[in-house]
This record gives sequence, structure tokens and C-alpha cells, in this order.
Amino acid sequence: MESLLPTELWRNGPQPGSLYNFPGGKIAGHNEPVKRTMYPIVTGTSVLGLKFKDGVVLAADKLGSYGSMAKFRDLTRLLKVNDQTVVGAGGDYADYQFLTEIIEQRVIEEECLNDGFGYTPSSLFSWLTRVMYNRRSNINPLWNTYVVAGWQKGEGFLGYVDKIGTAYQAPTIATGYGAYIAQPLLREALEKNPNMTAEQAAEQLDRCLKVLYYRDARSLNKYDLAIITKDGVEIRSSIVSKTNWEIAHMIKGYE
Amino acid sequence: DGVVLGADTRATEDTVVADKNCSKIHYLADNMYCCGAGTAADTEMTTQMIASQLELHKLNTGRTPRVTTANRLLKQMLFRYQGHISAALVLGGVDVTGPHLYSIHPHGSTDKLPYVTMGSGSLAAMATFEDRFKPNMEKAEAMKLVRDAIAAGIFNDLGSGSNVDLCVITKDKVEYLRPFDEANIKGKREGNYGFKRGTTAILSTEVKKIPFDIVSTQVVTSRSDSAMDTA
Repeated sequence: MESLLPTELWRNGPQPGSLYNFPGGKIAGHNEPVKRTMYPIVTGTSVLGLKFKDGVVLAADKLGSYGSMAKFRDLTRLLKVNDQTVVGAGGDYADYQFLTEIIEQRVIEEECLNDGFGYTPSSLFSWLTRVMYNRRSNINPLWNTYVVAGWQKGEGFLGYVDKIGTAYQAPTIATGYGAYIAQPLLREALEKNPNMTAEQAAEQLDRCLKVLYYRDARSLNKYDLAIITKDGVEIRSSIVSKTNWEIAHMIKGYE
Repeated sequence: DGVVLGADTRATEDTVVADKNCSKIHYLADNMYCCGAGTAADTEMTTQMIASQLELHKLNTGRTPRVTTANRLLKQMLFRYQGHISAALVLGGVDVTGPHLYSIHPHGSTDKLPYVTMGSGSLAAMATFEDRFKPNMEKAEAMKLVRDAIAAGIFNDLGSGSNVDLCVITKDKVEYLRPFDEANIKGKREGNYGFKRGTTAILSTEVKKIPFDIVSTQVVTSRSDSAMDTA
């Protein structure tokens, strides 16, 4: 066969004209756009998780803040991965959407293998930790905080992964402002009643989300709740907490 | 018909606990006390300054000072210093007009509210208040709520710790409960780690006198001016 003349004389080497910036010409090497998340744009606030006697509950409000503007008031920040796992996300919504597509594609690929295995909460958690840490090590993070909740091997699973790759598991998890406001409430509730039912756990999360609505300036009084038990995943959408403004009558002026 | 003030007892120097049991509820007047968060020196000196001004004012007017007066004095001073005096205060008291509660920020803004929190543990404490506050609570219920709010700060915030102090002010009396709740008692040492006599077997004993000769003798008088020389 005739040999084709190579179209390039060399590959992966320096391009002619790229080593020196000729005055008046275009700056060499700036042909690709900068592709790293420097700062989040549309953001989600806290995600709360609580382990109860026979499972885990996860909740996140439905707000996507555009800085200080309440731009998107109907976003779902909870993703049902399969009948055993749910992932909740705070932080940049675009990065969460990017990851959602990847996770969903992977779940489909798992299905295609048809070997009876699917993603367990802890396998997803490990994978997610690796991804997040790897991205941060390349100074190109996914600007999110994830909470992985699920049911495996007869008990609940609840884990936290950061944009810098910090990962841990705990009986109560709260991200963002929730860490300061809701975490004390959740810890106290669990200490008082270590064996809660699903309804009691959901009630505790409602209590915390109500206080977050009072005190977090980037929150909304509408949230999604996911309850994961051995029987699968139940997602309750668009729950509105009953807020109490009785004290409003007591406040007049500032002195 | 009263005010309950609460505080933890930890004083920190960055990440080190400087004082495990300091008193953060300061006296302003017989009917008024002030909790102070922020720089300890600032809160202490500011409250003492205003306490003295209130005492003079009381002698001048012949009346018990009003809480709003203390509020004015504090905020006018803090504003004058443009936030450089890092004192975040919770002022509470009862006067002829009734019970009052104020929060005063370092830059001089004040808020008059049914419940307030300040300091690093303020979010944890505020969460507790937002959850369980009701208007017109009974004294015992209010004391428990304040104790629980401080406890939330103590156990969930690293800048707060040790015990809970409480101060209950009513029309007739003030109960300064220090400590109200010792939530973090130091563990008692379980055992004695010394070795008992006989652990190492004594095989034999010998007493020897060491012989020495006196080489020289010197008499030194102690002179009064250098007796306690601390130069």
C-alpha cells in the first residue's frame, strides 16, 4: 500500500510561532478557554441528614440563589440514584447538574452489565470522595458539598463529601449554615431519642429547616424530603414549614 | 415579668483556653446585668465604666436607673470608638417600666428583642431559642431554655465551653447563679501511679559516713540594703 504523507511533521511538540509573543500579534497559547470553577454562580444552601432507627432522612430546600437574589425557587437538590441511595447537594448548581448526568449515566451502565450489582451508598460515597479530591488536587473543584444517604446491609448510611475532598460519616449531617444552626438541634434530638421513627425524624428535619428559614438569609420555606428505608426511597416534594411570627407583635423600634 | 441572662465560662486566646471558668455576666446596677462577648478586656472595662456612670446618675436623680439608659450609654460609647472596642453585649434588667432585653453590637447598633444571642456560639444558641421560645414563659421554663441554649453553644461551638452561668432578674430580686450547671467536670483520676514501697526488692542496706575536712571558715553578714535585693 502506498504510504500516506503525514499531515504533521511531529505531534505533541511545540507549534511554530508559539514560543515567542510577536508584538501586535495574538498572544500565543491562549486558544482554549479557562475551564475552572473560580466561584459559584447559582448556589444551593444547607442540606440536612439524620439517621433514624430503620433508615435515613435527607432534606434540602428548593432554592437556587443567584448571589443575593432568590432566582430559582423550584430546584430539586436531591437526586435519587437508585432504590438504596439518594444524594443531596449544596453549592454551585451547575456543578451538581454536571455530576448528576455522570451519576445517571453510570447507573445506566451498571444496569447494562446486568450482573445483579448496583451502586451501594458506600460505593457511591467512595467514588464521589475520589472524584472531589482529585478535582481539588487539580485546582479545578466541583464547588459543591454532597450528602450521600442510603440503606445497605441492614442499616442506614449517611456521609458528607466536600469540595476539597473532606469526607466523613456521622449519624447527623448538616452542610453550610445548617452546620451552625441545625447541627446542635439534630444532635440534641438524637441524644434525647436515639430510636426515632421515620415520621419523628422527618419532624426533626422540618423543625431544623424552619429555624434555618428564620436565620439563613439564603434559604426558602419550601423543601424536598427523602426517606430511605429497607423498603426503598420515598421522596416528598415541596413541603412548606409552618412558621410562627407571634413575636412580631413584641418588637417595636430598636431601643 | 423578668429577664434571664445566660453565659458560658470559657475565655480563649486564639485556640488556647485561657480561663476555664471566667465570669461573663457583669454587674451594671442592682437591677441590671450585662453579658459580654468579644474581647474580654473590652467587655469588662466597658461594663465597669457604664456601671460607674449609672451609679452617679442614680445618686444625681435619686431613682433606680432604667435599662434603656444603660443601653444609650453603652451604644453612644461604642459608636464613638467605631467598632474598635470589640464588645458585643447582651443587656438585661428590670426597672419601673418593666423587664427589658437589649443586644448591643461593637459598632454601636442596638436591638430590643424578646430573645437575643451574641458571640461565637450565638447561632447554636439562637437555633435553640427559635425552636422553643414562647411569649410569657414561666421562670423555670425560661431558665431551662437559656441553659439549653448555652449548652448548645458549649457542646457544638469550640469557642464556648465549661459551665453555664445564669442570672435571673425580676422586679424584687436578682439571682446570680454561678455556676448554674457544671456541664464539663474534669475527670477524677482513677488510680495512684506511684510505686509502692517494696516494688523494687531491697537486697541490702549500708549507711556510710562521708569523711570531710573543714578547709576554711568565712563569716558573712547580711546587710539590710541588700537583704531583699530584687534589682
